[in-house]
Amino acid sequence: MADATLQHNAAAGHGLAGEFEAPLFGAYSKKVGMWLFLASDSLTFGALLFAFSYNRIYTAWPTPFGKESIINATVMTACLLSSSLTMVMGVFAARRHDRAWTRNWLLATMAFGTAFIVLHAMEWTHLIHEGLSLPGFPKPAGQLDSEYAKISTGVPQFAATFFGLTAMHMLHVTIGVIYLGVVALRKWFLPILAALWLAGVFLIPADNVFHYGVHALLIGLIVASIILFLKPKDYDAQDVEVSGLYWHFVDLVWMFIFPLVYLMSTKV
Amino acid sequence: MHDVAKHDDSKGQYFWVWGALLVLTGVEVWLGYRQVFEPARMLEVLLVLSVIKSALIIGYFMHLKFETALMRWMLVISVAGLFVIMYLFFFPDAGRILRLGVK
Repeated sequence: MADATLQHNAAAGHGLAGEFEAPLFGAYSKKVGMWLFLASDSLTFGALLFAFSYNRIYTAWPTPFGKESIINATVMTACLLSSSLTMVMGVFAARRHDRAWTRNWLLATMAFGTAFIVLHAMEWTHLIHEGLSLPGFPKPAGQLDSEYAKISTGVPQFAATFFGLTAMHMLHVTIGVIYLGVVALRKWFLPILAALWLAGVFLIPADNVFHYGVHALLIGLIVASIILFLKPKDYDAQDVEVSGLYWHFVDLVWMFIFPLVYLMSTKV
Repeated sequence: MHDVAKHDDSKGQYFWVWGALLVLTGVEVWLGYRQVFEPARMLEVLLVLSVIKSALIIGYFMHLKFETALMRWMLVISVAGLFVIMYLFFFPDAGRILRLGVK
């Protein structure tokens, strides 16, 4: 943003006043565009969280999450918060045109984001194995009498809202990691993404829900390839800052999902 | 015209914000796991803490604190206003269901 502003002022100072129109919000257009997208996306999550709370009000809401789940979700929260700090460091490095440290901080952010996804996937797998499920999910044998299986049949809103909210958020984190990967490594990220997708397809068992979920990486690979083919640019400080806005938003949303979905459903 | 060079943009403040966010998360976990309050009060307390955390993230990490006043207020008022409208749509109906009973 500062860069765009300074360019405008510099142009005005060199007799080019009028050549560049002053930005309405005092920010470059990519940043305003990302803020508008984030405002609209916040309404998506807002609607999901309102729907979750709405269901909670008139239902005898289960409180199944024990110590293990809460510790796992707390570590996930710490990962996201730490990733926001490394993202800020990446923006600082980009502003001082330090390419090596920009890449390093973005890779650190991606590592925290990937840790979040892996921990969340493990949590999902554990809950599904324990019997918390949706109609389309693979059914593990011998869990019909478990607490989670009873919740799935007795209060189907619990599984629906839990998986709906957290899946939407996990998808956003995945998109964020791919976004940062493209900004940090550009075309060199594509083979890495392809390798991750293939590893997921071949290594995740067929009865695991992520055997299918990993295809999100293939969609990400196709979209990233098209973007890099159409616009094979070298990303600058503004691009890093805009990608950072998206990443912090993902962190921000989790700050509401964590207390509402996990902490309000802890086992007493 | 906004100029980021004029405001305090030291890295130290971001570490303080990160530390504050971790501490607030710890407080939330302690409150939630210990069931310190009854559920309705717990929801209020956790939401207040979440709003404080989100204000720190939006203000510092997303840099909105350092944007122009027009951009700050346009975003905050529009999003907050839409959340209020959602609230007005959803929760009176939820209360009606409570009064009439779930059929």
